[in-house]
Amino acid sequence: MDFTFFLIQALNGVQYGLLLFLIASGLTLIFGIMHVINLAHGAFYMVGAYLVWSLTGVFDSFVVAILAGIVCAAALGWVIERFLVIHLYNRDHLDQVLLTYGLILVLNEVQRMMFGSDVHGVAVPSMVAASIPLTDTLSYPVYRLVLAGVCLALAFAMYWIIQRTRLGMWIRAGAANREMTASLGIDIRRLNALVFAAGTALAAFAGMIAAPLSSVYPGMGDNVIIISFVVVVIGGIGSVKGAFLGALAIGLTDTFGRVLLPEMSSVMVYALMAAVLLWKPNGLFARA
Amino acid sequence: MTPAAPLTASTAWQAPSRFALLLLALAAVLAFYPLYGEALFPGQHDYFLQKLTAIMILAMLAMSLDLLVGIGGMVSLGHAAFFGLGGYALALFGPEYEAANLWTTLPMTLGAVGLAALVIGALSIRTGGIYFIMITLAFGQMFYYVFNDADFAGGSDGTYIYVRPAVEVFGLKLVDLGDAVTFFYVVFAAMMGTYVFLRVLLASPFGKVLRGIGINPQRVRGVGYNPDAYKLVAFVIGAMLAGLAGYLSAAQFGFVNPSMMSWHHSGTVLVMVILGGLGTLHGAILGAFALEILHAVIEARTEHWLLVLGGLIIVMVLTLPKGIAGLLERLTSPRANRARTGHEDRGES
Repeated sequence: MDFTFFLIQALNGVQYGLLLFLIASGLTLIFGIMHVINLAHGAFYMVGAYLVWSLTGVFDSFVVAILAGIVCAAALGWVIERFLVIHLYNRDHLDQVLLTYGLILVLNEVQRMMFGSDVHGVAVPSMVAASIPLTDTLSYPVYRLVLAGVCLALAFAMYWIIQRTRLGMWIRAGAANREMTASLGIDIRRLNALVFAAGTALAAFAGMIAAPLSSVYPGMGDNVIIISFVVVVIGGIGSVKGAFLGALAIGLTDTFGRVLLPEMSSVMVYALMAAVLLWKPNGLFARA
Repeated sequence: MTPAAPLTASTAWQAPSRFALLLLALAAVLAFYPLYGEALFPGQHDYFLQKLTAIMILAMLAMSLDLLVGIGGMVSLGHAAFFGLGGYALALFGPEYEAANLWTTLPMTLGAVGLAALVIGALSIRTGGIYFIMITLAFGQMFYYVFNDADFAGGSDGTYIYVRPAVEVFGLKLVDLGDAVTFFYVVFAAMMGTYVFLRVLLASPFGKVLRGIGINPQRVRGVGYNPDAYKLVAFVIGAMLAGLAGYLSAAQFGFVNPSMMSWHHSGTVLVMVILGGLGTLHGAILGAFALEILHAVIEARTEHWLLVLGGLIIVMVLTLPKGIAGLLERLTSPRANRARTGHEDRGES
């Protein structure tokens, strides 16, 4: 394997990992703060992809479609939190699993009713449609680099919000102790709605920017949700830092696994998780 | 979380409750189906017979998962791996074009599944809560991909079992599993046998410790039991019962493929158990029948059956904290108790 090839694979792995981080960070925040296992998080990824596909048809601009899509997705998350998830806070985790499983069925079917079962493509925006030539035969698409850059910027923004702002302080306090935070006068119900809406928007945004690479198809969220849970668990539930490192580890393992050991690639991701959990039963960065 | 009422009722030999009578009546309706099915559903009888047999096998699988989830507090999302392993064991241990001998292949199957469960269980039980869900998912997916990508078992296409296993004593055919009605009754007996076996197990000291572990492992440890040993035994028993269900399923359809092991299948069975009512065993059976029959009925009416099914599941979670078994128990309980039971429901949810 020569260096250029290795570089391309490493870039692909990092970029896939960063995309996974966007989904997994919402999942880990929702679990860490609201103590809700949200199986429907992958469906939000699918919703995002379909939103951007249909909205590019309306606005004729990828960026405007994404902005409008984020608003729609956040609104959807807010409505779902207000009407469904709010009933789950004091219920058993298994009830949450069951309800959000039902939600997956509903969202998947609504998608099929509105958009049909065809696979759709979203064009890479012309501004970043070029490729950087690396050798005579190999080149790297600019869009993938832009995507990685946007994900990294979002990761830094999240870090800044959570560690440096008052809102982030509330979020961390809510994750550490709900009742105590509420008794200090912080409106934990609004915080819940906000975190759920933000998590939904993040997952949907991941679906939107992934759409030009992966195309848009029914059930695309079902594969994503399991791998995102793998990321969350490797990193330690509730830890955004853990989700970031877990996502990169899974992205690189999956990408290099496909290249080096194609017949074993699918097993490797799960073997990695099993190994991490056997070493650290609560993930890499679990809170004590 | 786990109602202890059915257990104490069965050990104290009180007069059977109305709920127990209802369950018996439902079992009788099912048991006599081959007798009246032809008259009630002409033309569709054979299909229904096959469907009911398949649902009973799923009910066995659901009960075996309830032992882990509802009783032992171990939420497994890899349980279907043992179901699939049982099916593959029949395909791989039996001869290709002749009937496999049930007396040799079934013990070999249960042994193989038990061994796999012993290793996976010993590793998984070190973790708890959602981490246990994820590590069982990981092991389940590893099995799925090994069978999906490997050559020895037909890869993703799966493999066929051309002849159903033979049940013979000294060359004499005892029962003909090839006959649909006979097979229905064999599966019915296996399902009721599993139920009775698990009831007896739960009434034993082992079962009581296990139930205690499901509610509060620290206290059980404090009393002097080792929770991990009990959980491991329960994990292996549950896996072997799932393997038995997989063996029967492979025998019924004459076909195994990796999707028997996928996390989708594990998830569907988990939904059956939660929907039916956790930790009750009969809830697992009710959940399996409810989900599969709802599925079939809605699918026949509308193309968008997933929408209706998903909506129904959401409504059931919001309105039935103890699942279908809890609802039926409340509806059949005498009027005087009903208010009290309802109050308890709210208190615990």
